[in-house]
Amino acid sequence: MKMLSTLQTPRSTLSRFSLPSTFTSHSHSPTLPQPSLTTPTSPPQSQILSIRHSLLTRNLSAVDLARSYLTRLRLTEPHLRSFLHLPDDQTILSRAHEIDRRIAAGEDPGPLAGVLVAVKDNICTADMPSTGGSRILEGYRPPFDATAVKRVKELGGIVVGKTNMDEFGMGSTTEASAFQVTANPWDVSRVPGGSSGGSAAAVSARQCVVSLGSDTGGSVRQPASFCGVVGLKPTYGRVSRFGLMAYASSLDAIGCFGSSVADTGILLHAIAGHDRFDATSSKQEVPNFLSHFDLVSSLESKPLKGLRVGLIRETIEDGVDAGVVSAIRAAASHFEELGCSVNEVSLPSFSLGLPAYYILALSESSSNLSRYDGIRYGNQVYADELDSLYGDSRSKGLGSEVKMRILMGTYALSAGYYDAYYKRAQQVRTIIKNSFKEALDQNDILISPAAPSAAYKIGEKKKDPLAMYAGDIMTVNVNLAGLPALVLPCGFIESGPAGLPVGLQLIGAAFDEGELLRVGHIFEQTLENGRFVPPIVADSVE
Amino acid sequence: MSYTSFRTFQLHSFLLKRRNGFFYSTTTKATTQSQTQTKLSASTQSKKLDKIPKDYEPVIGIETHVQLSTLTKAFCNCPYNYGSFPNTSICPVCMGLPGALPVLNSKVIEFAVKLGLALNCKLAFNSKFDRKQYFYPDLPKGYQISQFDVPIADSGYLDVDIPLEFGGGHKRFGITRVHMEEDAGKLLHTETGNYSQVDLNRAGVPLLEIVSEPDMRNGIEAAEYAAELQRLVRYLGVSNGNMQEGSLRCDVNVSVRPIGQSKFGTKVEIKNLNSFASMSRAIDFEISRQVLLHSQGQEDQIVQETRLWEEGTQRTITMRKKEGLADYRYFPEPDLPSVILCQEYVDGIQNSLPELPEEKRRRYEKMGLGMQDVLFLANDKNIAEFFDATLAKGADAKLVANWIMSDIAAFMKNEKLTINDIKLTPEELSELIASIKGGIISGKIGKEILFELLAKGGSVKEIIEKKDLVQIADPVEIEKMVDKVIAENPKQVEQFRGGKTKLQGFFAGQVMKVSKGKANPGLLNKILLEKLNSKS
Repeated sequence: MKMLSTLQTPRSTLSRFSLPSTFTSHSHSPTLPQPSLTTPTSPPQSQILSIRHSLLTRNLSAVDLARSYLTRLRLTEPHLRSFLHLPDDQTILSRAHEIDRRIAAGEDPGPLAGVLVAVKDNICTADMPSTGGSRILEGYRPPFDATAVKRVKELGGIVVGKTNMDEFGMGSTTEASAFQVTANPWDVSRVPGGSSGGSAAAVSARQCVVSLGSDTGGSVRQPASFCGVVGLKPTYGRVSRFGLMAYASSLDAIGCFGSSVADTGILLHAIAGHDRFDATSSKQEVPNFLSHFDLVSSLESKPLKGLRVGLIRETIEDGVDAGVVSAIRAAASHFEELGCSVNEVSLPSFSLGLPAYYILALSESSSNLSRYDGIRYGNQVYADELDSLYGDSRSKGLGSEVKMRILMGTYALSAGYYDAYYKRAQQVRTIIKNSFKEALDQNDILISPAAPSAAYKIGEKKKDPLAMYAGDIMTVNVNLAGLPALVLPCGFIESGPAGLPVGLQLIGAAFDEGELLRVGHIFEQTLENGRFVPPIVADSVE
Repeated sequence: MSYTSFRTFQLHSFLLKRRNGFFYSTTTKATTQSQTQTKLSASTQSKKLDKIPKDYEPVIGIETHVQLSTLTKAFCNCPYNYGSFPNTSICPVCMGLPGALPVLNSKVIEFAVKLGLALNCKLAFNSKFDRKQYFYPDLPKGYQISQFDVPIADSGYLDVDIPLEFGGGHKRFGITRVHMEEDAGKLLHTETGNYSQVDLNRAGVPLLEIVSEPDMRNGIEAAEYAAELQRLVRYLGVSNGNMQEGSLRCDVNVSVRPIGQSKFGTKVEIKNLNSFASMSRAIDFEISRQVLLHSQGQEDQIVQETRLWEEGTQRTITMRKKEGLADYRYFPEPDLPSVILCQEYVDGIQNSLPELPEEKRRRYEKMGLGMQDVLFLANDKNIAEFFDATLAKGADAKLVANWIMSDIAAFMKNEKLTINDIKLTPEELSELIASIKGGIISGKIGKEILFELLAKGGSVKEIIEKKDLVQIADPVEIEKMVDKVIAENPKQVEQFRGGKTKLQGFFAGQVMKVSKGKANPGLLNKILLEKLNSKS
């Protein structure tokens, strides 16, 4: 219970969601008028710790908890379509029941006991289909759980379903899913971001407590920003990729979504660490990320005194939405209020990140997606000749965005082009790594927007892939450098029915997730109007 | 051979539909080859060589794939046993399921370093894996994990002693590179040809690919190179080197050029070589074919292609023509960290290397053994070990070699046994030789004991004792027996004394019979002569 003692006691975090009254204490302060939020503005609290506290003090049963979430899920899902697969309620309730039984028997049900976790559909689950959002894997059920999923289950977490995504992670809006389009809970006419749009929307709309996503070039952080939730992309190698359908192996990372920094950190702690099934997973020790969390009482104490924060100049220049820039500048001011020294830093190689990323990611993906050939699993189109079997299975099973990326990646790796594209992109990657290292030698953390704009309309960029790719400018460099980054909502821009959230990205040194989480937690707890609950939840419940 | 040609047709028709990729003809087992290395007939071979006009020079290079005998596959924990029921030794990793990742079996590195050192190569202390990409149903991931521009070992050589019947002599063949990679699965074709099935048991089994310099000039040299490589991997314990099971596979590149021309001729690749004998024959056939085209001014008919060796018709046939160079789009394997060797690790392996065939041959040579003996003893690791163990017990090298090469080899051949199957131990062979040398038993008795030891085992001492086989070397006792024989054969004595001295053999035989073969032959003859001559 050490984690609990260092944090504030659970407050009214779920009070809007008709949870059993025993769980809530109704002690939050009155709603502030600005911005156009109708939700309470007390800082976000760890749902996981609240749940654990309530379960262990028998204020709440896991079954009741699961029921309340499932109720909201059923109400919101028709509007959002976050999930590609949901087991029947009974499956989830029986898991919850098992946790209640263990608590009653005096056993420790695990740190994630009763926590409903949504899992991105490109992360393998043995008991549920895993399609990666692709037609070619429609109905495919893996014979194993991804290591991250296995660890979540072992710690008592309940997988609530598989979330929608851009096919094999290739997209920034979740519109490239072969099955459905997910809506942004803040404005259902807008995209939730991508590729982990389903996982971000599900946490945003409180369809689950936390969720797993994957981040190759920003696929956790950008949807976190669009949906107003916390998203964490860990250091490359911090979390095992075993069971994650590979998009670009040297960039892929399983990441976490939560409605508070603490939840994100708890989930990361659960899934992080070396795995003998992933040769690229790190043996770096996994600290208890929450043990350094401070009890935050006020800004007066300057809880981040001395912290050197670098605002990446290139991320607030031309082409970035004015509302986003002002939200980030406000966040920078907030850091100063917290005692940090904030300086603008320049990463001259920043703009090179986008082309380098797309060359490397697509090259690797053209190789990684070769296994989807219709021979051993997935959809096969019958043909008389082998080449036709391959061609037909792949052309029918893969979507146009995926096919375009495979073609581009194949081209970049072809004889005669390798040096001009792949090799040069690798050289750029080294330059980017070095420039980040320099910037992080002079600063403790770097900050930037998570995306150049807030969520845009569904269909808005579908016909213009270059514009969509350009939206990844804020995030891809971090993957190329292999660094950890935390995105948390820091403000709004005036748009849509209730304003659209803007995410702040904190970038740290390799394996320094603990510091990102500590800083993010203080930022979140001291931010005025720091709670980000989309109106759909309020509208659909009560 | 209708079976073979049927199979060829099958593969052929299927392969016509493919654009690129690798293919090994391992779908069915060749049943015509025996397990052991087939001895080449020197006469037929030289006849073929004679046909090659002296104004052309053949150039041969060999790519060998050696399947490593690690307990588990290269990148997962599946075991590999040749001949297992299809798809019984597979897992998400070697099936290439979504989300599965390769994790390198460190034994693969160890074996690669072993072979690299044994081939006198330069090791790359910092190498990596790459992906070689092509589509084929036996390749689950759509790429093969291999090594491209930085092989783990390169620039080595292999020393070979050419057998006397092929002209003898010592040859050194260059090794271009040794690299690590994974094997593919197998396609099983139905008899009707309606569909094919995929067996992934072999997918992910570790291989070392050894590429030679184009240093061989005829089929014999190529076959001897391959045979030496087989010995080497067996000596090192990195592979069973079994060609019939596909644990050792050779693809041969053959070209021919006019003598004096430095540019290589167009090379042709030959596959489906299931034994060293077929390798040698296939190469010599191919050389003849190319030389014939050259000599007829039709060298443009020699195209870069892959040809299949047909055992039935004893010729090579076109399998597929190369449509330009295949683009495998190699790039560094991002799922595996780079392979870093440290000096201590390499030193540790270097120090643990066993005596290699070449070293063994030179050592045996220094003992004064003839090249034929040297090759016979050193060519088979188990025979060499038996030989060395016998020597270690103090026996004389030449005597041991004689015993092994004559009676023991004959016994093994007749009974179709290997040296590991016989009951005779090196200790007892040494004891037997010592017993003969020390005069305890006669050479004739020694042979009898040997066959008993070979078939039933036991110890020399026990057999001598049990059967009362100790040599009679007491002159008095022998004299008694001689007297007895002389007394019983008065007619022959008379004839002998009348000048028919050839009869000495008859008397010696009779005395030996009386002694039940135990009389010391030298002593026997000495006494016999004395007795026969004394009365005259």
